Amino acid sequence: MAGEKEVETTGVLGWVDHRFPLTSTIKAHLSEYYAPKNFNFWYFFGSLAMLVLVLQIVTGIFLVMHYKPDAAHAFDSVEYIMREVPGGWFVRYMHSTGASMFFVVVYLHMTRALIYGSYRKPRELVWIFGVGIFLCLMAEAFFGYLLPWGQMSYWGAQVIVNLFAAIPFIGPELAIWIRGDYVVSDATLNRFFAFHVIAIPLVLVGLVAAHIVALHEVGSNNPDGIDIKAKKDKYGRPLDGIPFHPYYTVHDIVGVAGFFIIFMAIVFFAPEMGGFFLEFNNFIPADPLKTPAHIAPVWYFTPFYSMLRATTDDFTWILAGASVIAAITMFFKTKGILKIIVPVVLLLVAVSLRLIDAKFWGVVAMGGAVVLLFFLPWLDYSPVRSIRYRPGWHKWLYGIFFANFLILGYLGTQPPSDVFNLMSQIGTVIYLAFFFLMPVWSRMGEFKPLPDRVVFTPH
Amino acid sequence: MRMIQKFFSALALSLTCVVAVAAGGDYPLDKAPNRLNDNAALQNGAKLFVNYCLNCHSAKSLRYNKLRDIGLTDAQIKESLLFTGEKVGDVMTIAMTASDGMAWFGAPPPDLSVIARAKSINAGPPGGDYIYTYLRTFYRDTSQPTGWNNLAFPNAGMPHVLWELQGEREMTKTVIRPTALDGTDAGWERLTTVYDAQGYWESSVEPLANYRGAASETHKFKAVDPQRAAQYENQAADIAAFMTWMAEPGQLKRKQIGVWVLLFLGIFFVVAWRLNAAYWKHIK
Repeated sequence: MAGEKEVETTGVLGWVDHRFPLTSTIKAHLSEYYAPKNFNFWYFFGSLAMLVLVLQIVTGIFLVMHYKPDAAHAFDSVEYIMREVPGGWFVRYMHSTGASMFFVVVYLHMTRALIYGSYRKPRELVWIFGVGIFLCLMAEAFFGYLLPWGQMSYWGAQVIVNLFAAIPFIGPELAIWIRGDYVVSDATLNRFFAFHVIAIPLVLVGLVAAHIVALHEVGSNNPDGIDIKAKKDKYGRPLDGIPFHPYYTVHDIVGVAGFFIIFMAIVFFAPEMGGFFLEFNNFIPADPLKTPAHIAPVWYFTPFYSMLRATTDDFTWILAGASVIAAITMFFKTKGILKIIVPVVLLLVAVSLRLIDAKFWGVVAMGGAVVLLFFLPWLDYSPVRSIRYRPGWHKWLYGIFFANFLILGYLGTQPPSDVFNLMSQIGTVIYLAFFFLMPVWSRMGEFKPLPDRVVFTPH
Repeated sequence: MRMIQKFFSALALSLTCVVAVAAGGDYPLDKAPNRLNDNAALQNGAKLFVNYCLNCHSAKSLRYNKLRDIGLTDAQIKESLLFTGEKVGDVMTIAMTASDGMAWFGAPPPDLSVIARAKSINAGPPGGDYIYTYLRTFYRDTSQPTGWNNLAFPNAGMPHVLWELQGEREMTKTVIRPTALDGTDAGWERLTTVYDAQGYWESSVEPLANYRGAASETHKFKAVDPQRAAQYENQAADIAAFMTWMAEPGQLKRKQIGVWVLLFLGIFFVVAWRLNAAYWKHIK
């Protein structure tokens, strides 16, 4: 047959390979995909995120078989799953625990990217797809949280959708359009259900595929942040690379086993996790007439929720002041047309910070804190990728950043008070300064020389 | 003031108001005895629950025949718990409507299926402690529409339906507070209010010389029939245990299965770890 491609396999596999790139795909992405051999503990979380995604999809499918997206039945149908569907409690607890553990895993995965500079050239797209996944995950969690139709579901959705009402001019109509009603109601529940089970998962899976394809195109970074493709053997294989399969598949199974021990301990012994994975108030059915005393989002949103609450009217003075200083700096530091445009834009931001309601800027701060991450590859100017070869004080800076993020998370779970509000404002400044000043601090200090080959101690 | 500040002050205000009238409050919760493994206690709790609570409160996520799990047979359930022609497979609903509840108690009595979970406190005591405390801190108070008040849930809409089991009690509330409420340093005083068994109260104030402590509020009950009151402590514990069981009937089984799951995973981890080591020993 003319044009028939050459394949090495025979039999059934040969038949398939003639028609579908099966063997070549397995080789390209598993058995002949070379990954650095010095991966450490931090590198478990990518495969674990995949595992939790699959777990969420599978448990989700079974939940949808019994759940009723109807304001009159939703709450009871969850209890029905918990009590009367055989194994229903197990599936539901896996799904609710999985939601929180997804964020645990993804936050750790992102921490790894931050400390080893995995977002740097040529992995900018890997990072951007990853931040897209993080955004989808937040949307997925938000939509899903309305479904049990408890008090926290209801009022959490009410608060977040009301944030859109803060957008100037179109806000109030936009909020009604999102809810499909004047308050969160059956209409809202139905559309959130549609987003949770179809729309967002589709985007999520697509982004995960793009994330992995982009990663395999450029190859993984490693804890030393050096390029393993620089040193190759005579067959063109990286000297410090090993085939992903079997070495990292067998390695990741250990990670999966360890992860499942923690995961199942939560599912079987503490599914509510002290009220942080399943909020106790959510065991009260949604009541549009009774606002709970303290509305707190689930823990994974609390750092960003803190930034929202921190943005008071007084606080916009500080942000406006920072914009003015930035405008002046940019005027002296940039050249050409940017010398005018950037400072003018920054000054406009400063003015509107004082003109538009602080509530709107709270929403901007919360959203901006995530959107900022997209620009990370172009904010970091350090000559090395990995924290291992950065100046010692950089490690302190990262330490402060992570501690600050955790403190913001804690503050977000607490009822507001003057002291806590001041703390969240300081925390918000630290978070924003870490990124906005990164072009300055990331190139300062004395960097350590990079090694020729990766640092690896045989097991 | 801008909107966000209004929002937070409103939130803070509603927080203080709601805490004052709704569940919890500042009243310290007593630890409910753990009787989840005690079928006799759970059965007694079920009997009390069906007889006393299930007239105004529903438990519509629970089927009567789920009580098999705490050792009752269908015949026993039919015999002693079904009064108005329900079937053993029915869920625990009530005849009273929400609008009746609204008219009679000011708010429809909530469904109690998962109330023990709802009343748990973040990283704090489980909801069973709240129920146990709530059931034991009713006192007569003629200022209330029902003639009853509660320490764990001040101004509760619910009267003390179990009062016959507990018998009449007298309550003494002792408040130690600064004499001048405007904050000027004018010393401290003790306000003692005695609510008698009919709900009429009498207060007396005495100044405290050289008091060096903080403000406080304590409550003391005195039962007219101490023996009956002591028995009621036990019955309240049984109800709290039953309601904790009812909030998640499978919770004990869940933990039993969990032990085996973790044992399996422990072994699996060791196997995976050694397998990994076997592969990686060639990597230098």
